[in-house]
Amino acid sequence: MKRRKFLKATGAGIATTGLAGILAAHRAPVFAQANTVHILRWNDFVPAADKVLREVFAPEVQKALGLKLNIETVNANDLPARATAAIQSGSGPDIIMLLNNLPHLYSSAAVDVSSLADEVGKAQGGIYDPAAQLNKVGGKWVSMPWSLVPALIAYRKSWFDDVGYKTFPDTWEKYRAAGVLLKKKKRPIGQTLGNTFGDAPTFTYPLLWSFGGQEVDAKGKVVIDSKETLESVRFMTQFWKDAHDEGGLAWDDSNNNRAFLSGDVSASLNGASIYVAALNGADKFKTETGAPLHTDILHAPLPAGPKGAHAYHTAFNHMVMKYSKNAKGAVEFLRWAHTKANYDKWFVVQKGFATGPTREWENHSMWNQDKVMLPFKTAPLAQKRLMGFAGQPDKKAAEAWNKYIVTVMYAQAASGKMQPEQSVKWAAGELGKIYT
Amino acid sequence: MSAAAPTERGRVSPLVRLLESESVLATALLVPGVLILVLFIAYPFVMALWYSLTSIRVGEAGQFVGLANFAKAWNDTIFQTAFKNTVFYTFWATIFKLALGMWLALLLNRSFRFKRIVRASMLLPFIIPTVLSAFAWRWMFDPTFSVMNWVLYHSGVITDRLPFLSDGDWAMWCAVAVNTWRGMPFFAITLLAGLQTISPDLHEAAALDGASAWHRFWHVTWPLLLPVTLVVVVFSVIQTFSDFQLIYVLTGGGPANSTHLIATYAYQVGVASGLLGEGAALSLFMFPVLFAVVWVQLRYMKRMEGH
Repeated sequence: MKRRKFLKATGAGIATTGLAGILAAHRAPVFAQANTVHILRWNDFVPAADKVLREVFAPEVQKALGLKLNIETVNANDLPARATAAIQSGSGPDIIMLLNNLPHLYSSAAVDVSSLADEVGKAQGGIYDPAAQLNKVGGKWVSMPWSLVPALIAYRKSWFDDVGYKTFPDTWEKYRAAGVLLKKKKRPIGQTLGNTFGDAPTFTYPLLWSFGGQEVDAKGKVVIDSKETLESVRFMTQFWKDAHDEGGLAWDDSNNNRAFLSGDVSASLNGASIYVAALNGADKFKTETGAPLHTDILHAPLPAGPKGAHAYHTAFNHMVMKYSKNAKGAVEFLRWAHTKANYDKWFVVQKGFATGPTREWENHSMWNQDKVMLPFKTAPLAQKRLMGFAGQPDKKAAEAWNKYIVTVMYAQAASGKMQPEQSVKWAAGELGKIYT
Repeated sequence: MSAAAPTERGRVSPLVRLLESESVLATALLVPGVLILVLFIAYPFVMALWYSLTSIRVGEAGQFVGLANFAKAWNDTIFQTAFKNTVFYTFWATIFKLALGMWLALLLNRSFRFKRIVRASMLLPFIIPTVLSAFAWRWMFDPTFSVMNWVLYHSGVITDRLPFLSDGDWAMWCAVAVNTWRGMPFFAITLLAGLQTISPDLHEAAALDGASAWHRFWHVTWPLLLPVTLVVVVFSVIQTFSDFQLIYVLTGGGPANSTHLIATYAYQVGVASGLLGEGAALSLFMFPVLFAVVWVQLRYMKRMEGH
C-alpha cells in the first residue's frame, strides 16, 4: 500500500477528513481535545488528596462527563512561573491552580466563571468573603475558589504544660515568655521567615496587623513606616533571638513540618499537615515517652497584639485559562467537582487541613471525628484582612506579596542584617515603588 | 578516456555542480547554524530588549516606557544587592575553580594506579544535573538536619546550630562552595588536556638547568597553559555570572534576599510576579558586564597569539 492510500484509509474511520486531514490541519482532532482537561495543581501537603484526584476523580469524571482528566502537580512556589509561561505562550493547562490573590495578577487571561461561582455559593451557604475578594476582579469571578488552608499554631501540649502554660498563650508577650523558657530546654519555636509562599507571610502579615501596622491606607498610600510597624519589628527581633530556632530564616514551607515531627521544635504556625502526618504515621512519630506524637499536639490561633488578633489563611483557587481549547470542558469539570457528593470525597481525606470554599462545609460530620481538628472548622471566619490592607488585594498587593517585602522586613531585622528602623524604612521604600 | 570524460560530466546533477562553487557550499553549510542562532539566540535577545523598553505584564501587551524599567531596577535595593552578590559569587567561584582545578589537573597528569577511573569519576559533579546536586547540598546544609549540625548539636558541642543557609554571609559562601564543587571538574579536565599537549622535554630541560618544581610550573607550564586557561575562565565567568538553578534551589534568594543573583531576582520579578518588562530589564544588566569580560579576555588572547 502506498503512503497516500494508507493515510486515506486510516483516516476513513476517524472522520471525514481522515488522518491526512488531521496532519494537514496541524492540530489534534477536535473530539480528542474536547475530551481532555489538563489541570495544573500544587503537590498537596496531604498526599492522599492528590491520590483521590488521580484514582477517584479522574475515572469518575470520565464516566460522568466523558472527560479525560490530565492531572499535573508541581511545587506551589512554581505555580506562578508556570502560569506566566503558559499565558505568554498561549498554550498549557486548561485549569491552573493559583494561590491567594494571584487571580488578580492573571485576570486578563481568565475565563469568566461567575455563573459557576454563583451557583456553588447559592447551593452551599455562600462563599467566604475573603475568597470572593481574592477571586473577583471588576465584579467578575476570574477564578473559582477551591479551598482554604487555615494557618494555626500546632504545639506540643506537654512541653507548654512543662513550662507553666496549661493553655496556649493568647498574647504575643505571653507567647514570647513561654518561648524563652522552651528554648532554654532546647525546644524552641519553629517559624520560617524565608522567601516562601505559605507559612512565612501567613505569620508576618497578621503579626503586622496585630500591632496596628499596615502596608497601605484605603487610598493606596504607603503607610507601613509607622511606630506600630516599628514596634512589631522590634518585638519580632527580640522574640526571634529569645525563643525561635534561628535556622528558620532559611526554611521553606516543609522544614517546620520535619522539625516538629522530629521533636526539634515545640510550636509552629502551619496548616494541619503536621498533625495529619503525625496521625497517619502514629507508629513512626512518637513523643519522648513513647506515646504517639499526635496525642500531644493541639492547635491554637495566632496570639493577639496591642491591636487585636489576626489570621491569614492560604486560599487555593482554580483559573480556567482563556487560551484553552476546551474552556467549556474545564468549567464543566469544576462544576462537577464542586458538587457536594464529589467534593466530599476530596474533602474528607484532607481531615480538616483544607476547608471548603463555602460555609456548607463547616457542617460536615468529619469535624466530629477529631476534636484536635476543630479549630480549623471555623478558622476562615477569623480572617478579616487580606494582603494590601487597608487597600484592595489587587495586582500591587500581589507584587508586594510575591517579593516577600513584609516577610523580608522582619527577616532582615531578626537576622541582624538591618536595624528594625532601617528595615521598616526599606519596606516603605520597596512598597513605594509598587504603589506609585 | 578522453571520450568518456564529457559523458561523466554530463551526468553530474545541477545541484552537485552548484555546490562545487565554494561560496555556494559555504553558504549552504552556514545557513543551518545561522538559523539556529537567529531562532534561539538573536530572537529571544531582541524580544528581551523590546520587553525591557515596555510596561508589558503577563497577559497585557503594555506600552513603550523607554528606559524607565532600567531606572527602576537601578534604584531597586534588592537589585543592587543581587548585582553585588553576582559579582562576588562569580569572582570567588572562578578563583576557587581555577586554583583547585589547576591543582587537580596537575595531580591527574601524573601516573598512578586507576588513573583512568579517577579521571572519569572526577567528572561526576559536572555530569549530575545541577538541580539534583543542589538539592543534595541543600539537605546537607539544612538548618536543622544537616549532618554536621545534627552531630554537633546533639552531642552538645554546639548550642546553636551553624547557620549554613540561615545567615546571609554563610549562605553566600555555601553557594560559592557548591558552585566550585560543581564547576571544578570542567576546569580540571580542560587544563589536563592542555597539560598533555606540553612536551615533557621542556620540563626535563628545565630540570637539568636546576629549575625547582615551582619554577618549572611558573616558567614552563603556566605560560603554555595560559591560552587554555583564559578560554576556560571566559566560559566559567559567563556561566557563573548568569547562574540561576543553584541559587534557586539552594536558597531561593534568601535569607532576607541576601543571596539573590541577577538571574534569580529577574526570575522572581519577571516570571513569578508577571512583570515581564521589568524582569527583562533586570536580566539585561548582565549583558554589558559579560560583554566587557569577554571582550577584554578575547583581546588579551589575540595579543598573545600575535606574540
